[in-house]
Amino acid sequence: MPVVAMTVNGKPASADVEARTLLVHYIREQLGLTGTHVGCDTSQCGACVVHVDGRAVKSCAILAVQAEGAEIVTVEGLAKNGELHPVQQAFREHHGLQCGFCTPGMIMTAVDLIRRKPNLDEKTVREELEGNICRCTGYHNIVKAILAASQEMR
Amino acid sequence: MSNAAIGEGIGQPVRRKEDFRFITGNGHYTDDIARPRQTWAYFLRSPHAHAKIRGIDTKSAETAPGVVAIFTGKHVADDGLGGLICGWTVSSKDGTPMKVGPHPILAVDTVRYVGDHVAMVVAETLAEARSAAEMIDVDYETLPAAVALAACQSKDAPQVHPEAPRNTCFEWELGNKSETEAAFAKADRIVKLDLTNNRLIPNAMEPRAALGEYDKGTGTYTLHTTSQNPHVARLVLSAFVGVAPEHKLRVIAPDVGGGFGSKIFIYAEETACVWAAAKVGRPIKWTADRSEAFLSDAHGRDHLSHAELALDKNGKFLALRVKTVANLGAYLSTFSASVPTYLYGTLLSGQYDIPAIYVEVDGVYTHTAPVDAYRGAGRPEATYLVERIVETAARETGIDPAEIRRRNFIRSFPHQTPVIMAYDAGDYEASLDAAMKAADHKGFPARKAEAEKRGKLRGLGFSSYIEACGLAPSAAVGSLGAGVGLWESAEVRVNPTGNVEVLTGSHSHGQGHETTFAQLVASRLGIPMEQVEIVHGDTDKVQFGMGTYGSRSGAVGMSAIVKALDKIETKAKKIAAHLMEAAVEDIVFENGTFTVQGTDKTMPWAQLALSAYTAHGFPSAEIEPGLKEGAFYDPTNFTFPAGCHICEVEIDPDTGVTRIINFVAVDDFGTIINPMIVEGQVHGGIAQGIGQALLEHGVYDPESGQLITGSYMDYCMPRADDLPSFNLGFTKTVCPSNPLGMKGCGEAGAIASPPAIINAITDALGIRDIEMPATPARVWAAIQSRPRAAAE
Repeated sequence: MPVVAMTVNGKPASADVEARTLLVHYIREQLGLTGTHVGCDTSQCGACVVHVDGRAVKSCAILAVQAEGAEIVTVEGLAKNGELHPVQQAFREHHGLQCGFCTPGMIMTAVDLIRRKPNLDEKTVREELEGNICRCTGYHNIVKAILAASQEMR
Repeated sequence: MSNAAIGEGIGQPVRRKEDFRFITGNGHYTDDIARPRQTWAYFLRSPHAHAKIRGIDTKSAETAPGVVAIFTGKHVADDGLGGLICGWTVSSKDGTPMKVGPHPILAVDTVRYVGDHVAMVVAETLAEARSAAEMIDVDYETLPAAVALAACQSKDAPQVHPEAPRNTCFEWELGNKSETEAAFAKADRIVKLDLTNNRLIPNAMEPRAALGEYDKGTGTYTLHTTSQNPHVARLVLSAFVGVAPEHKLRVIAPDVGGGFGSKIFIYAEETACVWAAAKVGRPIKWTADRSEAFLSDAHGRDHLSHAELALDKNGKFLALRVKTVANLGAYLSTFSASVPTYLYGTLLSGQYDIPAIYVEVDGVYTHTAPVDAYRGAGRPEATYLVERIVETAARETGIDPAEIRRRNFIRSFPHQTPVIMAYDAGDYEASLDAAMKAADHKGFPARKAEAEKRGKLRGLGFSSYIEACGLAPSAAVGSLGAGVGLWESAEVRVNPTGNVEVLTGSHSHGQGHETTFAQLVASRLGIPMEQVEIVHGDTDKVQFGMGTYGSRSGAVGMSAIVKALDKIETKAKKIAAHLMEAAVEDIVFENGTFTVQGTDKTMPWAQLALSAYTAHGFPSAEIEPGLKEGAFYDPTNFTFPAGCHICEVEIDPDTGVTRIINFVAVDDFGTIINPMIVEGQVHGGIAQGIGQALLEHGVYDPESGQLITGSYMDYCMPRADDLPSFNLGFTKTVCPSNPLGMKGCGEAGAIASPPAIINAITDALGIRDIEMPATPARVWAAIQSRPRAAAE
């Protein structure tokens, strides 16, 4: 079995993995970071979004071995020194979550979106969320939270 | 705004207590739990809609790497396990009970839908279980399948269950047939409409999952599972399936990622995991992948209806008659018989005074996945029918759609409808007026004209809905065939340091009970919310409960908490009276302080709590130590949330694409504890309603019975860019039947919104009907087939 080594939430991690192991399964099952979720099997729902070298990636769509040497950040690694990330804060403040299952993927997507497009409007946010499905909120408050966070971070 | 700034009282938009764990990745969903020596289950499913099983050869699979055990229907039957049950018995017009075919946990000799469970493979890893399942050789004799609902009752249709000739499970009726016929005979006008209520697939984002464990030392089983009602699951698994006695089975529903009805039911996979854990002597984990969820979660809706509305010359409704064929799928699911009957027919009066109503519903088996409650459950189907035919009546009579509704609104309460329900309170005109104002109804003609100049078609659609929530008075549902009572339980445990645990039989899977319930308790006891912990979802902690569905947790679950708090206050006052040497009648409890009326003697909550446990010098004959009270609350009536939703659409005639320009929802939910959470519930409901109206459709191939919409590439889930932001408002009439005056808010959006959208589209296109989902292809086709004059 290949050994794969990467940095996860700032700490080195390495393990033997079956070559066919998806990054999401490596993160959840081998590293025990269960904040990253699996909501589908066709790479549509986005519950598994993490950051790979600073970019939002669906961790069900790449193999663990493809992340060799990469810097991975999961939702568990977003808060710094006990301080929530502004996007996490905004999701709570604007009730951008209900059951919480899509939330880690939504938050990781939103952080990357704000980084790429600091001047967001509602239409852009809605278009950019194409790859993240939420069944609870109707997106109303997710959109509100992301717009508020992008204001806050400007 | 922080909670410190807004306060924590009833009516405040308090930010949620549960959010911290979800936004930091610290939630505990069933699939997040891992046990030492845990194995994985994989279910081999039928690839055929209907087939005889001639034999199952598991020999080579048993020797595959990592395989721990393989179970088939024979093992389940040999162990004496019962099948899955339907907990609600519906009878036909002739008085005979519904015709129920067996529902085995693993198929014995016949498979009845694509996805039916054939074998369970338990292995060291999921990949090994899956690989071994591929080596199982099932000898199928494929048979023709009954798939298309309209054809399933013909005498030539393939039979799903021999117990149910012509695939008819029941032929149910409600209302007064002769009065209805008489009203139709004297009507000035009869409006007729055929409607399809499209099949939906619930798709909570967390797929179903189970972790079954068996403790050999104590003989106890534990099932962690994605359930909306863990106690009901335990009861069914014990009393009917026979997995283990109730006191030897613990069911835990930890964080659950959405339900929408689909996690009410007791399914084969969860049952098999907990049963087989004892057989293999190791924990067994199963998590559905999304494809399995599509195949095997209970689906929703799927009705074909013919409706007729009789009117007099002034547009007053005289009578409604309805014939509906409802798809039940291949097996009866836990509550499936109640959904197209008592949750549907009883709401056909809508917000209107209709003197006579008669409805017939045939419940029909097909070779498709079971159909059961999905957000709204029967009430969206009723609302769709009523609001579509009322709109059609407005157009045929030339009466304005708002005006025809006003002429027929129920205006005095209580109001007994001809279909069981006794509406207790409401003001339907108030919500209609508020919605019309918010939707700028007056400005619509100008907006329509402006759109026309751009070559676009605008339409406006109303939906004045009512639903019955707060399920439900136990005596009422018992008389209608329910196998359970629908009360709720609560227990308030005051600790010696004054903080409080509240155990509830309700279950939160997104609704925010940990916040709303804590808001109620904190404001009642005058303590900060952080000192209140809401405990739910574990049969070892909460003694019994009926769970969360049917928008019942506020009206029923919180009423149980109020009842328990009343008892706490009564006992606490007794203790306070003793400690402050006063008469109990003179003790006042306000803002967390007990005061002897007319004196300066006071005692804070925390001191009283401690005293309750030190119990020094209590007159033991009169006051027991401790402060803990439980209550069961059984509602005396359903609650009746109602309101008006108005949708404005713009259609591009070149592409058939419908854009929602404005969606207004004005709802009357009675008392609202946390408006932020309530608004969130409405948003989500509307999104699912828009999904039904424009995007979602569960489709089976009518010949092969294969599920065509079995993934997110084929089944169109609403995405953020399919939806607008919503425009919400509230009116309020207090519910008179429960202590808080609450009505329930969880389903209103999904119930009200589909007819508003379809009424808007048919208004824009000048057509009578369009089938849901009104996809661009369907809208474009409708535009092409319009009479030329209308098109120009």
